[in-house]
Amino acid sequence: MRVRVQAEPFDFGAECGAFASGRADAGAVVSFAGIVRDDGGLARMELEHYPGMTERALQRIASEATRRWPLRDCLVIHRFGTMLPGETIMMVATAAPHRADAFAAAEFLMDYLKSRAPFWKKEFGADGAAWVAAKDADEKALGRWSED
Amino acid sequence: MIDVLYFAWVRERIGLSKEQVESSAATVADLVEELKAREERYAAAFADLAAVRVALDQELAEFDAPLAGVREVAFFPPMTGG
Repeated sequence: MRVRVQAEPFDFGAECGAFASGRADAGAVVSFAGIVRDDGGLARMELEHYPGMTERALQRIASEATRRWPLRDCLVIHRFGTMLPGETIMMVATAAPHRADAFAAAEFLMDYLKSRAPFWKKEFGADGAAWVAAKDADEKALGRWSED
Repeated sequence: MIDVLYFAWVRERIGLSKEQVESSAATVADLVEELKAREERYAAAFADLAAVRVALDQELAEFDAPLAGVREVAFFPPMTGG
């Protein structure tokens, strides 16, 4: 289980390749990448985070995924700082004996880190800058993982 | 003394990312009231608490949480990672 928080770009393909290689213990690897999306006029995105809490929150979310599913490994990389449209913001990868667990754990990681890891996106375009608002749907998505 | 941190638009409205606050507030909500009473920029940042989240010593918390023993309080908008 590894968590990385960094300003530098990373090579999604290389990370996935390294994560998946030599895994006789896991029949399934699932990966997801989040990309800076330009809905029209986006010049750049700035991602602010809370150093210290960010790493703790991501570790906690990854540990929880490992507790819930029989993962052989999981990887979370999340960038902060300035990013341009098309750049990779973050990725998760999961490895499990069977694909259902690998898919579910990857979705769980995404749902939780979207609204429980301290990152904030600000978009800069021709019309100025605006903080991205949290979506109700993202908060509601957590409900499906309730164990109650 | 408590370290108080602000992020994203909370930071922008207050005009600070971090400050040390001398406070006898019993809960987060009490601390917010103390800050709001200081200056208009704090009142503006905390005008709608439904739009603000709080962390105590880097763990998400509620506004009625006690501050006893807490060293670091952070205020920020709902998170938008991923």
